[in-house]
Parts: sequence; C-alpha cells; structure tokens
Amino acid sequence: MRPDTKNFKRGAAKALGNERIQANLLGLYNGFDRARLAAADGTPDWELMREQARAIKAHTIDNLDYYLELAASNVEKAGGTVFFAKDADAAAGYVTDLALARGVKLVIKGKSMVSEEMSLNERLTDAGIEPVETDLGEYIIQLAGETPYHIIAPAIHKSREEVTDLFEAKLNSPRYEEITELAAEARRQLRDKFIRADMGITGANFIVAETGTVALVTNEGNGRMCTSMPRIHVAITGMEKIIPSMDDLGIFLRLLIRSATGQRISSYVTTVTGPRHADDEDGPDEFHLVIVDNGRSRLLADPELRESLYCIRCGACLNACPVYRKVGGHAYGWVYPGPIGAIVTPVMTNLADAKDLPFASSLCGACREACPVKINIPRMLLHLRKEVTEGRKYPTERNRSVLEALAMRLWRLSLSSPAALSIANSVARVLQKPLLRKGRIRWLPPPLSGWTPSRTFPAFVRPFRQRWRG
Amino acid sequence: MSQPPESPKVSLFVTCVVDQFYPEIGESTVRVLRRLGVDVDFPSAQTCCGQPAFNSGFWSEAIPLARGFLKTFAGDRYIVAPSGSCASMVRVFYEELLHDEPDLLEKARAVAPRVFEFSEFVVDVLGVTDLSSFVGQTGDTSDRNVTYHEGCHLRRELGVTTQPTALIEGLPGVQLTEMEQVDVCCGFGGTFAVKFSDISTAMLQDKIEYVQATGADTVVSCDATCLMQIGGGLELNGVDVRPVHLAQLIDERIGIESGISRAQPR
Ligand code: SF4
Repeated sequence: MRPDTKNFKRGAAKALGNERIQANLLGLYNGFDRARLAAADGTPDWELMREQARAIKAHTIDNLDYYLELAASNVEKAGGTVFFAKDADAAAGYVTDLALARGVKLVIKGKSMVSEEMSLNERLTDAGIEPVETDLGEYIIQLAGETPYHIIAPAIHKSREEVTDLFEAKLNSPRYEEITELAAEARRQLRDKFIRADMGITGANFIVAETGTVALVTNEGNGRMCTSMPRIHVAITGMEKIIPSMDDLGIFLRLLIRSATGQRISSYVTTVTGPRHADDEDGPDEFHLVIVDNGRSRLLADPELRESLYCIRCGACLNACPVYRKVGGHAYGWVYPGPIGAIVTPVMTNLADAKDLPFASSLCGACREACPVKINIPRMLLHLRKEVTEGRKYPTERNRSVLEALAMRLWRLSLSSPAALSIANSVARVLQKPLLRKGRIRWLPPPLSGWTPSRTFPAFVRPFRQRWRG
Repeated sequence: MSQPPESPKVSLFVTCVVDQFYPEIGESTVRVLRRLGVDVDFPSAQTCCGQPAFNSGFWSEAIPLARGFLKTFAGDRYIVAPSGSCASMVRVFYEELLHDEPDLLEKARAVAPRVFEFSEFVVDVLGVTDLSSFVGQTGDTSDRNVTYHEGCHLRRELGVTTQPTALIEGLPGVQLTEMEQVDVCCGFGGTFAVKFSDISTAMLQDKIEYVQATGADTVVSCDATCLMQIGGGLELNGVDVRPVHLAQLIDERIGIESGISRAQPR
C-alpha cells in the first residue's frame, strides 16, 4: 500500500463530516471497547497476564535474531520453506514468483495486514493471478476497491445498505435486507473459490519459535480453509510476531482474543506446522513462511520505540482511542491506523510525510490503558514529536515550523522569570482588550485561531502571584 | 504514604494556567488546604513546568523551565498542584524529558515523590474523604447536582480515580451523577486543541452532550485546562452548566471567608 500520510487532516475532516461513519465509530466504544473491559473483568489475573505477556515480548524482541533463526530452522525441519523479506517489495516478489512458478491461477487469502503493506493483491493481479479475500470484511473491502478501515474490523465504516448496494453492483445479487443474507451470499461466492484455489495466503497471529508453528485466530473459519484446501499455503507475517514456545501461546491467545472482540475464545484457532505430513488427512503439499522486516528493524534499533514491536495487533487501542473514533482508519493514510499506527507508520514509511500522526493525539493515554501488552504509546508519541521538531533520527532535516519554533521561544522567555511573566501578563492584558466580550475572548488570531470557532477563551487576569499575600 | 505529620507543609504549585487565567482556583486550593490544617506557602519564583513545550516536541525549550521548577521546589515540603496534568508532568514526564540530563534527572527523582494533585493529596496524604465536618456556617448549602469529568493525566498518569468523587460525595447537599464516557478525553490536549481543532471540537461536542444528559448544574474537574475546554464549549453553545474546579466546589461549601471573589472559570 502506497502511504498517503500527508493528508491526515483532509482525511479526518472527511470522516468527521460523515454522520454514518461517526455512528459506526461510536459503536466501537459501545461494542468492542466495552466488550473488552467486560472480558478483562471476568478474567482472573488479567493484570498479571498483561505483565507476563509484556515480559515475554520484551525478552523475545530483545533476542529477536535468536528466535527468528530458531523459528526458521523449525519450520524447515517440519518441511516448510522460510523466506526473510527485507521489505514489502521483496516479500511481494517472492510470493508472486512462487505463484507463477507453480502455475497458480487463483489465490484465496485470509486476513493479513502485512499483505496490505505489500500491496499483494495488486502485485498478484498484475501477474495475471486472481487473489480473493475470504474474510468477510476484507471481501467487502476488496469488492469496494478500498483499504481496511480497522485492523480487525476492516469494513467497520460501511453500513449494511452500502454492502447491499455493493453486492448488487458487483455480484448481481438481490437486494438483501439482512446481514445474515449478505454473509450467506459471500459464502456462496467464496465456496467455489475455496475449491478451485491453488494457493492459500494467510497472515500469522503468532509464530511459535520452538516448534515452527503458525497460529491463526479467526471467527469465520476461512483461515482454516486457506491453510488446508489449496496445494500451497503461504503464511506472511511481520518479524515481531514470534513467541518462544507453545507454553506462551495460551496467554497470548487469551489476551489477544479478549482485547480484540471481548470473546473468551474465537470460533477458530488454527495452528499449522509445516505442510501436510505423511499421516495427515489433509493439508497443503507446500508450506512457505514469509517473514517481513519492511522497516521493523528501525523500530527495533530505536530504544525509545522498540516496544512498539510488542504489538499483537488486537486493535484495542483503536477502539479505545477518542481520536481514532472521530477520524477513522483512512485518515492515517497507511496500513496501521490509530494509536499504534501513529507510532509505526512514520517510522516504517517516512516521518517527514507522516509528521501529523504523532501530533494528532491529546495524549489521553486510553490506548495504553487498553493495550494487553501495556505498550506505552503516549510516551512514544512524545518521542516522535521530539524527532519531528528537534531530531535527526528519521527525517534528515528537522520538520518544525519556523513560526511555531519562534512562538515557543517567546513563550518560554515570557516564563523565564516571575518578572518576565509579570511583563508578559501586563502586555497580554492590554493586547486582549479589543478581543474581550463580557470578560471572555471570542476570537483569536492564528496560530490560536483554531480555538475560538467552538470555544470561548478565558481572559488574562491579575495573576494569582499578585494576589498572594502569604 | 505513612502517617501525615502534625501540620503538613505544602508548597503550592499553582500552575501557569491557574496563575494567569484562573487565580480563583489557586485561592480556593489554598483556603481548603488551610482549613484542613495544612501549612501552605507559595514559592514565588515558580512559573511553568514546561509541559506545553514538552508535549509539542520542543524539549530544548522545556528543559530550562524544568530546571527552574526543580530549583524553586527544592527542599522537603509537599508540592501540591490544582492540576492532574501539571502534577504528572513533574512526577512522570520529567523522567523522559530529563533523560539525558543526569543532574536534573536526579533532582527530578528527588522531587517526584513529593508531588501531588490536590484531591490526591487531600485523600491519600491528609487521609480526609468526608468533608462534612469541615462545612461551616458561611458555606453554600443549596442543593447541587454535579457531574465529574475525569482528567486523562490524573487518571492514567497519576492513577487517581476514586479520590475526587469520594470528596464530592462527602459534601453535604451535593448530588453526583456520573456522565456517560466519563473517562474519555474532553479533547483539550494542549496545542492539539488548536492544531487539530476539528477533532478536538468533535470530542468536546460529545463531552458537552454527556454533561448535559446528566441534568447536572455543575461540571467539576481537577484540571483547569479541562475546564477551559469544556467551559469554553459550554459557553459558546449557551449551555447553562457551571464549570468549577474541585477545590472551588469544596471551598464554596466550606465557606471560610465571605466576600472573596469566587468568579467561575469558563
Ligand atoms: S498497541 Fe496494544 S492495543 Fe494496540 S493493537 Fe497493538 S497490542 Fe493491541
């Protein structure tokens, strides 16, 4: 997916102006977010599990080279092939070349955000191969020619009516009134694809290093079809998805599923270790695991941002985020929206273009409170903000606005001593006079002009320090 | 905290916003603390903790202010702020800001355990939750229906969740009604409010709606900046709900002195 991170404000305005999208986004709070809280409440030792999961992730990410090698050797031992892709392009090239070499005509896909990084559907289509998304949300998105709106609920912005229109236009289907009818139609459409496909592509929620096992969590059973029906299965995943052992899988499944949907367990949890073995009843002849870097090394190398790689992509921080719940997923301009997206997108794509993202937050901390692995997102946002204005790490030049820097300097000088502050107060009280209406300010000039359309502003008054008499 | 000393000694960290825009919140804080037997002083060299610059990525502008703060508040008195956000800047975020300034970091770590937000100090350090015995003759006795807005830094950086509502519920004549999405941000966020004014406004509109839905006549917060946001929105929308700081609400009920200005923050 080509990043379009420069237009955050435009994308945000678009979502803010769309009532139906606003209603659907509000639904994330009342739906997923409350369900997560209820599930956490009903789980003994929830806090302990979060701590433990965080510790496991910290250990694994700190020793990622070791665990990646271990995982790769165990996948190979189980008869699979591993490809380490430096970037999205290399990953897409590997999968496309493999499909071409094996004479694949039709690919069925389970949900995979990494495949969005790779623009895999586009690449396959260009090579004359038909990719079909099989997760219902992704299927809708593919029909609509859009990109996912949310990492676990890709079509959350669409209403039932819109899907009815879409199915009518693209599939010639009747005008269904019920969601169950729409799902049934998708299932009918997909059945034939499942049967005919030569290759199944899925993501991986976890890779268990000790056994070389890929674990998949789904609610529709499509993941299991993709891993077992076609003759080739390719799992694509980011390199941070490794966990050390099967013992660790239990805690991560509990945390992931509860945090994602509030369910205690998803309808399907699939584990895959290599291709079909001699005594297996079914399964693919070939299994490939594509492990993608695509900028993750930069996160790994930055001690301040490394913990962003603890992410298990549950989406809880999106649901909890009051900004995401206003601006939606497309505004963020790349694969990962919301709080975690505001951290990883600028580093994985380009901070100079994505410089709005770390600032588009009130730093309320709801994301950290929701995160099952306690990722301190606000802290990282603050560090990225510093990178934008003062840093040299990601952009080659600073991206601060000269005016803002000047304003900050003046502001700081006015606070450099009580005497300076007194002068500033007196000056402000004179300057504000023409703006005062009943003791309140109703209009402010730039750069503060954004305040007054929706709020009045208080007047500078005789300060506390002058009233204080000890 | 262990047992409070006989007469706890507090330095008021009034915060720049209260100093410049809402001095009456500072006055209420002082009156209430004194009524509770606290020895309060005001280190006059204080200006600002540096949070606005820090949050905007201008750490080099924030550090001199942090240095000033740490110098001003050296010593061993408690430091109490009528703001969860400013208290968390010093207690939590100086650790980040001063990461590469070992001398200042050491000072910040020495100061951090002495820093408290107002309600936190009253409940956790003074051990007072039931204020009814402090309510005096001159206090406001009218029935009030209030709703409480939970400040984000107060809740999530300082972990102060129950103290403010406990204090409110201990006030005679005050009925507390919880609003929907009480723990959701009001959309202030410092420069976020002007840089992303559309988003901030949308968050504010929700907050106003939830405040109104409670039927409360007063919205209480522990942060002047939340009150600036919510109060400014209430006024522009012509909503007749009074925004007050918790210290003011308590001050009015206790009613220690008459004739002192109790202008409301909007
Ligand atoms: S950052 Fe945390 S809450 Fe957000 S998607 Fe990742 S694991 Fe889930």
